[in-house]
Amino acid sequence: MSEQAPTALASDLRQDATGIPVLSGKGVTKVFESGGKKNVAVDHVDFEFRQGELVSIVGESGSGKTTLVKMLLGLTAISEGDIYYMGTKRDISTRGKKKEYWKGIQAIFQDPFSSYNIFHKIDAVLLDCLNMRGLGKLPKEKKLELITEACSFVNLKYAELTNKYPFELSGGQQQRLMIARIFLLKPRILLADEPTSMIDACSRATILDMLLNLRNETGMMIIFVTHDIGLAYYISDAIYIMERGKFVEHGKADQVILTPTADYTKRLVNDVPKIHQPWDFSVNFGK
Amino acid sequence: MKNTLKQVFGSGQFMMGFVIISLIVLTIIIYPLFNPGNPLERIGIGTFFKPGTYVSAFDTVNARQFYTLNLPDAEAKRVGSKLSPDDRVSMMEWLVAAGVSEEDIDIEDTDSFVQLWWDTYDPNVRFDSMTTAFRKKIGRIDVALEGILEDMDVIIAKEGEDGSLAQSSVVAGSDYVNVADVANVRFLPLGTDNFGRDVLKEMISACRTSLLIGLLAGAIATLIGLTLGLLSGYIGGIVDDIIMFVTNLFTVIPGFVLLILISFSIGQEQRGAPVVAIVIGLTSWVWTTRSVRAQVVSLRNRDHVNLSKLSGHSLLRILATDILPYIASYVIMAFILQVCSGILAEAQLSMLGLGPKTTEIPTLGLMMYWAMAYTAHLGGAWWAYFPVVILIALISFSLNLMNTGLDQVFNPQLRD
Ligand SMILES: Nc1ncnc2c1ncn2[C@@H]1O[C@H](COP(=O)(O)OP(=O)(O)OP(=O)(O)O)[C@@H](O)[C@H]1O
Ligand SMILES: [Mg+2]
Repeated sequence: MSEQAPTALASDLRQDATGIPVLSGKGVTKVFESGGKKNVAVDHVDFEFRQGELVSIVGESGSGKTTLVKMLLGLTAISEGDIYYMGTKRDISTRGKKKEYWKGIQAIFQDPFSSYNIFHKIDAVLLDCLNMRGLGKLPKEKKLELITEACSFVNLKYAELTNKYPFELSGGQQQRLMIARIFLLKPRILLADEPTSMIDACSRATILDMLLNLRNETGMMIIFVTHDIGLAYYISDAIYIMERGKFVEHGKADQVILTPTADYTKRLVNDVPKIHQPWDFSVNFGK
Repeated sequence: MKNTLKQVFGSGQFMMGFVIISLIVLTIIIYPLFNPGNPLERIGIGTFFKPGTYVSAFDTVNARQFYTLNLPDAEAKRVGSKLSPDDRVSMMEWLVAAGVSEEDIDIEDTDSFVQLWWDTYDPNVRFDSMTTAFRKKIGRIDVALEGILEDMDVIIAKEGEDGSLAQSSVVAGSDYVNVADVANVRFLPLGTDNFGRDVLKEMISACRTSLLIGLLAGAIATLIGLTLGLLSGYIGGIVDDIIMFVTNLFTVIPGFVLLILISFSIGQEQRGAPVVAIVIGLTSWVWTTRSVRAQVVSLRNRDHVNLSKLSGHSLLRILATDILPYIASYVIMAFILQVCSGILAEAQLSMLGLGPKTTEIPTLGLMMYWAMAYTAHLGGAWWAYFPVVILIALISFSLNLMNTGLDQVFNPQLRD
């Protein structure tokens, strides 16, 4: 476990996070219908995520964060509204187009324990990434080299992982394996859906550290989903506050946290007493 | 994988079912090796010979060597075998009328019973309560008893060239042959059926056919049900609507009625065992489709499936590697049940006279059908149908046991 704070990197990038918009949406809505009952999980949200930014989406449980992430990924159909990718309207109507889209946008899911196929070995998971990038024809040694590099990036030893199944790892290790996967794929956008919520407190700082390193190394845009506004403030350039399917407030991290306008944001901020003081990992992760 | 197998074979119920079905299969394989030949051969002239050992009378008389044995109970046994239960009852009635207490008569103990008869019987005594017919019958029995005991040798005669009979040998009451010296002895553990066929041999061959019919029907039903269920559950939308519409249609029409109609319209001539199996399979996939679909719907939004999509896998690959393995245990269980219901469906169809063409192969259902058609149940020929019923029940029982065992391994919440 790494105890040192994830450097001053995040605050450095905060200043020049004014890239071009890579992912944006207008009136994006998701309605679940079951037995005639309508449940509006995501309700006409507008957003604009820019190149190189780290954006946090903050909301409590059931506010629709995961549903929005699945729509952004193109895993769930959108009930209403449009999503724009690299400036043009997203088109993922065919499998080929979908695959192309997924080369640019990848995800880490909330629950590592259900993220892996229990019948596939770790090797298969990592090799899939190379195939996805069109590196399937590389010689075996070269592939091994890339995979080993990815594993050591997340502090795992490939030699100890090979021929094992993901479920033989701890939750934290599984989430690190997920990051190794992203490291291999090198997408333009990474959606991290509460990647630390299901794992033990000790591993959280490590995971976070690695995500920030990843961003530092590749310059990818990260959309970080969390219910922890303190954490969001610490790492993000921009924050979107989500309440019952709606974005009630958004803007630069400082602006949202230091001068909140929505009642919901104020309540969230007040719940974190030390938010204005420097981040202390031992307090926030040690419990 | 290894662990799962260990668990499955550790389940008592599964093991028990597995052992029973294995024994049945083993018998099917091994028995014909020891008793080869056409199982449908008509060996008996006449219907429903009872179970037992059949010794050639010709070979017995012509045995190489006769042995003389003086066995003390030989006579009593001889008398006993001639006295039918009906005769014994008549004799008892006479004895009771003559004043013997009913408690003193043991109808089963031939020795004492016959002794009592000779001590008491007097042809000249007449009771008013007795009809002439009864008196005559009693008289006949008495004469027959005397005849058996008169110790007359049996004379074997051969026809000479001029047509006259000449004595060739004499068989005395104390002559014996060793069964090993008799050339033709046939053990028919379950007797013969209405066509004079060896029931055991026929039943083992029938069991093989019925199991194959069940396997084929089960494989077809499971394959169709699995394919439709996977597509319907995973793709959803219009594909789901169409498949579910068809499935609902088949649900409204009961499968068995459909089965009867199709079997009937195919006609007797075309109905070989494979055809019957195919028809059964084609009419029983509905249930599998529904349950597979339900399972797939609950799986398709799981994150491991999402991850597979994000890794660029094709639809078929996702179905084959991310969905199918997760429902494999369920599919195996469904398959076992389909095999079982396929065997039962064949039996039911055959009982209605809609089973496979009768002349070529035996099936368990056909054996039941013929036993009923020749009223074996009224004639007391239990061996023609009862073992078949037991066998069908045993197969069904063992397959269901295996299923329950699997269920407990794969759905542990059902335990206790
Ligand atoms: N597949 C689905 N079918 C029907 N309703 C759904 C489905 N997925 C989510 N919902 C509903 O949408 C709403 C938002 O759920 P979502 O999972 O997006 O919340 P969340 O913000 O990710 O919560 P958490 O922090 O607990 O993960 C909930 O009311 C949920 O019941
Ligand atoms: Mg969620």
